[in-house]
Amino acid sequence: MPVITYREALNQAMAEELERDPSVVLMGEEVGQFHGAYKVSEGLLARFGPKRVIDTPISEAGFIGLGIGAAMLGLRPVMELMFWSFYSVAFDQIFNNAANIRYMSGGLINCPIVIRGPANGGTNVGATHSHTPEAIAAYHPGIKVVVPSTAYDAKGLLKSAIRDNDPVMFMENTILYNDKGEIPEGEYLVPLGQAALRREGRDISIIGHGRPIQMALKAAAMLEEKHNIKAEVLDLRSIRPLDEEAILATVRKTNRVLIVEENKPFCGIGAQLTYLIQDKGFDHLDAPVKRLTSMDAPAIYSKPLEEQQIPNPQRIFDAALAVLK
Amino acid sequence: MRKHHPSPAASQDSPAYDPRQAPINGKLGPDEKIQLYRDMVRIRRFEERCLRSYQQGRIGGFLHLYTGQESVVVGANSVLSRHDHMITAYRDHGHALAVGMGMNELMAELYGKYTGCSKGKGGSMHFFDPTRNYWGGHGIVGGQVPLGTGLAFAIKYKGIKGASLTFMGDGAVNQGTVHEACNIAALWSLPVVFIIENNGYSMGTSQERSSAGGSLARRAAAYAMAWDVAENGHDVYEVRDKVDRALRRAHDESLPTVLEIDTYRYRGHSVSDPDTTYRDKKEIEEYKRTKDPIMVFQNALIAEGVLSDAQIRTIDEAARREAETSANYAEQSPYPTVEDIKKDVYWEEDNPQDKKSQGRIFFDE
Ligand SMILES: Cc1ncc(C[n+]2csc(CCOP(=O)(O)OP(=O)(O)O)c2C)c(N)n1
Ligand SMILES: [Mg+2]
Repeated sequence: MPVITYREALNQAMAEELERDPSVVLMGEEVGQFHGAYKVSEGLLARFGPKRVIDTPISEAGFIGLGIGAAMLGLRPVMELMFWSFYSVAFDQIFNNAANIRYMSGGLINCPIVIRGPANGGTNVGATHSHTPEAIAAYHPGIKVVVPSTAYDAKGLLKSAIRDNDPVMFMENTILYNDKGEIPEGEYLVPLGQAALRREGRDISIIGHGRPIQMALKAAAMLEEKHNIKAEVLDLRSIRPLDEEAILATVRKTNRVLIVEENKPFCGIGAQLTYLIQDKGFDHLDAPVKRLTSMDAPAIYSKPLEEQQIPNPQRIFDAALAVLK
Repeated sequence: MRKHHPSPAASQDSPAYDPRQAPINGKLGPDEKIQLYRDMVRIRRFEERCLRSYQQGRIGGFLHLYTGQESVVVGANSVLSRHDHMITAYRDHGHALAVGMGMNELMAELYGKYTGCSKGKGGSMHFFDPTRNYWGGHGIVGGQVPLGTGLAFAIKYKGIKGASLTFMGDGAVNQGTVHEACNIAALWSLPVVFIIENNGYSMGTSQERSSAGGSLARRAAAYAMAWDVAENGHDVYEVRDKVDRALRRAHDESLPTVLEIDTYRYRGHSVSDPDTTYRDKKEIEEYKRTKDPIMVFQNALIAEGVLSDAQIRTIDEAARREAETSANYAEQSPYPTVEDIKKDVYWEEDNPQDKKSQGRIFFDE
């Protein structure tokens, strides 16, 4: 099986979909001539030409809105936000227009757009560039939210997102771009709304998405090594739709839950999952559900402190022990 | 790369325009001229030292260097008076030094240290010093432009004779915020000078690939706002004159201006941009050879008999030493603590003696 980076996986997904479907177009700042700020669209301009791969001005509200309009008329735009942090410039377009257009038209209009780009902290760039808006995005009915943590998922989920008839917010991670993973030969898809069990265990379930999953796996190895605790790690992959059955299955198995996310705690993904677990898995809980989030402050610039502010393997390890106490 | 519209600017210059003859420059004494020169050299040496620290792994994240553009902020800052204010985007080190922030606090901020100007919380893109009327340092392209307009609103509201110098890049002019702010500034007659530092590129995109309609400043005409272009933005005298004219319009008539200043950046967009896809190395070399703002001003001052070779050396050595010292200072400074992460979020939490609100405010465990 080929081994490729998360970045290459995204690139392949876009290339295959551009190839397959003439209504797919790729737009964003620096996606063409510059190959993308993080080189995710490397080579696509040369291969598909300037009609399909389009550099935009720095006008997020304008070009994201334009993508939504084009999607209404049947194109399948894949819009790159250089950073998801810039979504707030286009907030009205995404959450008033893309989210509501199908509903307000009584189902007459679809919006098959993908908005993608990195959404993560941990890169020492300060508060304006470190937002993780998956909870804010998923709050809006009409919007789908996907967060791949591996190269395999990056490709399979992006292809599904592009084919999806609803607006999909696709949140990547700059720190994962160079991570390598195996993918199958030939085409494959990963459906939206299907979680992946990354590690089996019996003592505690660590549930999360995105890069914290990689940290949770490290923490799980430490738990086993130091305390012979077997942690199960569930990667949500998709926030909305959400794989409730996979969540409840792991709760039924381990009876203890730690939710890990890079978001801030208030109304984060963990808050939603905790509601679900107490509502539908109450009888299977042996301890209160705990969550580990980023510390509740804007993202600090200072690197060693930022590493403390966001989840890290040690913090996950400590939080898991607290659940088991 | 850069396009100007043939139609004339609001304040039309005659072909014989010589900024040296402008009153604002005519009254400059030798010491003031040397100070302008020193300010530019200090910015350049600071930026070069930052780059070295970045390459040594002492600074991370983004680092957008101002090298090549020094005449713009030094010229602009030098004509300000006490009630004028400044705000800019993320390429903000030059502005910070120009308004008088110290190299130590800036370098320490870049190192993420507690002694930094924002206690290690803001970083390269987010320098501030309200005591020097410097309101940042903003990472979101175009985000600072409404804020700068708001500074002007507050100045006018308070009845102060002052203005807001609101800087942005040539790429930023395509953000909706800029147009919204321009309209309001013109509609409400606000004392703001929108300065477009046109270095020809927004990241890897040349002006002609990002902006329709040629001249950027001319967009002001749609709002019946005065506009002007400093085509020789590398000439600190021209910058001073053109900013001064706009400033007087703001001070005396409470009217806004869009002033586009042509300049050039020598380094990649940020230090992680390899700068290989969008411009020719020759273009950079040509600019440095013919228009380097420090070289041009140095030559002018030598010709004027204001600056000697010995002074040039002394100024340069002092600037290098100052930058080196700042790197040592940053190196030896402590990091913030984990407790510091939760400070400076809410005024009330930092001032518990005056706290009026009840209820929980932070939601960690
Ligand atoms: C809203 C937003 N979009 C995109 C970016 C990424 N970005 C940072 S600087 C930049 C280019 C800006 O160019 P310009 O305005 O000409 O300023 P310069 O860098 O030349 O000083 C881009 C695209 C950002 N920081 N904020
Ligand atoms: Mg520029």
